[in-house]
Amino acid sequence: MDLFEYQARDLFEANGVPVLAGAVATTPEEAQRAAEKIGGKVVVKAQVKIGGRGKAGGVKLAENPADTFEKAKAILGMDIKGHTVHKVMIAAAAPIESEYYLAILLDRAARSFLVMASVSGGMDIEEVAHKTPEKLAKVHIDPNDGISQEKALDIVRKGGFPSDVEKGVAEVLVTLWKTFQSSDATLVEVNPLVKTADGRIIALDGKVTLDDNAAFRHPDHEALIDHAATNPLEALAKEKDLNYVKLDGEVGVIGNGAGLVMSTLDVVAYAGEKFGGVKPANFLDIGGGASAQVMADGLSIILGDPAVKSVFVNVFGGITACDAVANGIVQALTMLGDKATKPIVVRLDGNNVLEGRRILNEANHPLVQQLDTMDGAAAKAAELAAK
Amino acid sequence: MAQPQKLQNWRRSNMAIFLNENTKVIVQGMTGSEGTKHTRRMIASGTKIVGGVTPGKGGQVVEIEGISLPVFNTVAEAVAATGANASVIFVPPKFAKSAVVDAIDAHVPLIVVITEGIPVHDTASFFAYAQKIGKSRIIGPNCPGLISPGKSNIGITPADITGAGKIGLVSKSGTLTYQMMYELRDIGFTTAVGIGGDPVIGTTHIDCLKAFQDDPDTEAIVMIGEIGGDAEERAAAFIKEYVTKPVVGYVAGFTAPEGKTMGHAGAIVSGSSGTAEAKKVALEAAGVQVGKTPSETATLLRSILQG
Repeated sequence: MDLFEYQARDLFEANGVPVLAGAVATTPEEAQRAAEKIGGKVVVKAQVKIGGRGKAGGVKLAENPADTFEKAKAILGMDIKGHTVHKVMIAAAAPIESEYYLAILLDRAARSFLVMASVSGGMDIEEVAHKTPEKLAKVHIDPNDGISQEKALDIVRKGGFPSDVEKGVAEVLVTLWKTFQSSDATLVEVNPLVKTADGRIIALDGKVTLDDNAAFRHPDHEALIDHAATNPLEALAKEKDLNYVKLDGEVGVIGNGAGLVMSTLDVVAYAGEKFGGVKPANFLDIGGGASAQVMADGLSIILGDPAVKSVFVNVFGGITACDAVANGIVQALTMLGDKATKPIVVRLDGNNVLEGRRILNEANHPLVQQLDTMDGAAAKAAELAAK
Repeated sequence: MAQPQKLQNWRRSNMAIFLNENTKVIVQGMTGSEGTKHTRRMIASGTKIVGGVTPGKGGQVVEIEGISLPVFNTVAEAVAATGANASVIFVPPKFAKSAVVDAIDAHVPLIVVITEGIPVHDTASFFAYAQKIGKSRIIGPNCPGLISPGKSNIGITPADITGAGKIGLVSKSGTLTYQMMYELRDIGFTTAVGIGGDPVIGTTHIDCLKAFQDDPDTEAIVMIGEIGGDAEERAAAFIKEYVTKPVVGYVAGFTAPEGKTMGHAGAIVSGSSGTAEAKKVALEAAGVQVGKTPSETATLLRSILQG
């Protein structure tokens, strides 16, 4: 899960990373009140989970609370690269002397953690990394050792920071490690990390990504979820513990195992090329040991999607038994009754396949047809969606 | 390379990578419902299961598939009593790290982590620890394990899809592994390794490609990848440099949208990196034929083997 900047700011503050006063607002009135509380000049910043908002006009300096109202009004509702701005952050303004860059992230290739540090922070850090990689220090961190003050100083020196800020930046890096580790983050990035005119080191903007697998030890992370951005069908699927992603096509897809379902989406899209560009409507993985109930839950979610014109159930029974899948389909159709109106193409193979096929044949439901191969079934589902 | 006849014979009876019919396996979490279910399946498919580990239940004996299996409190005790040289882990995410660390401390050579949903900080930590101790290969987490049909099956791969043969298979995805084994069931496999779909995994495509290249019984290799990360690109570079056996590839997720996680924690397209197209291009540049679908991939392999 990616956090908004204001959420990252709060997380930084809680872990001792130096930040400026800031508050989130969803209306111009709220923004004005926040500016009154902070006092002086403030910066109004669009809260969107995408880069480049500054260049898109999503960050503005406000002279006073009344001006904050106007600036917030202009930014709220703005579209930034397809993201609508629903919230702004009001942050104290500070005179900036230098902009630096600090990040800790998961390095998949190295199967370890990586610190990146640069004295050339700010909007163009990606260009720095690309064109002058020597200006971006990269140091791997042993997950079991972490970042001590000594290690932090070593990294800061490698990053070529001026000696007067070395100690301050190293201290920030230690608190960032604390943030990274204690919140199970896969990314904490500060850009820019600034030196103010009065010599303070402050995290001015932050990006944080949290590991969803670690949710069980962070009950507080639940509150950080952006429900407004969650598709209603995705929310319903989550309630049922199903792994569902809404896409923009017409063929509903259900399968078992993430890899097989991804592959099914591809096969449907290829087949769809022959039928006017029909595409998959969703990703839905019913998982390894899917029961009849799980199958029924999945099918009802997909049949509830108005965009879906046909459904493709593609199961290779490993642990999942095909008879359980077949029973799930029959149960779901009984449950849905007249509400089920879309044709369902089923391809079963693997564990207990003969029994699974027999159950479906016996049920002889008018909406269900079986095909033997994945390619053949995908073509049939695409054809039915095109009609 | 010329070798004494006797050694060749010994090797011949042990071909497969990472495991063989003599591998002695303990099950961590054997007394849990998943552990018990899969212990039964592993025994039924010929795996030498020699015991289980559940902290607090040491001293119990569990009867599974007509075999009496002792339960131990720690992996070290289990290894000392049974001579186990592999462990398979079925414990829930919350307790997975301490289970893996227990196996690393006991110097178990092969640790297979089936558990799905382990926090990546935990995996990074036990992987770093295993590297430091230097005695264990970890496979997974979030994987189906590995099978050498007819010899041994460590994990949850269905044993009845196909038999022993000359193909080596490495894949991030469980069900795609099953699908591919099914497509090529008439040829059969030396070993099929499911390396797992998490961002941090103990054994990579490259580790398996190297082992298959070095295994005299493996004649061709199927490599299955999926969107996210750059493991396939790195594997392509390795193939170019090291692998002389024919390799066919398949990459899932050509139609996956940017920024959406597709089930596997590692399967996400971010910006222009991690796309299926980029992986396909890299693999083809290394001389790997890449299929558009699982069935086309199987056809490519079949035609290579038939010359």
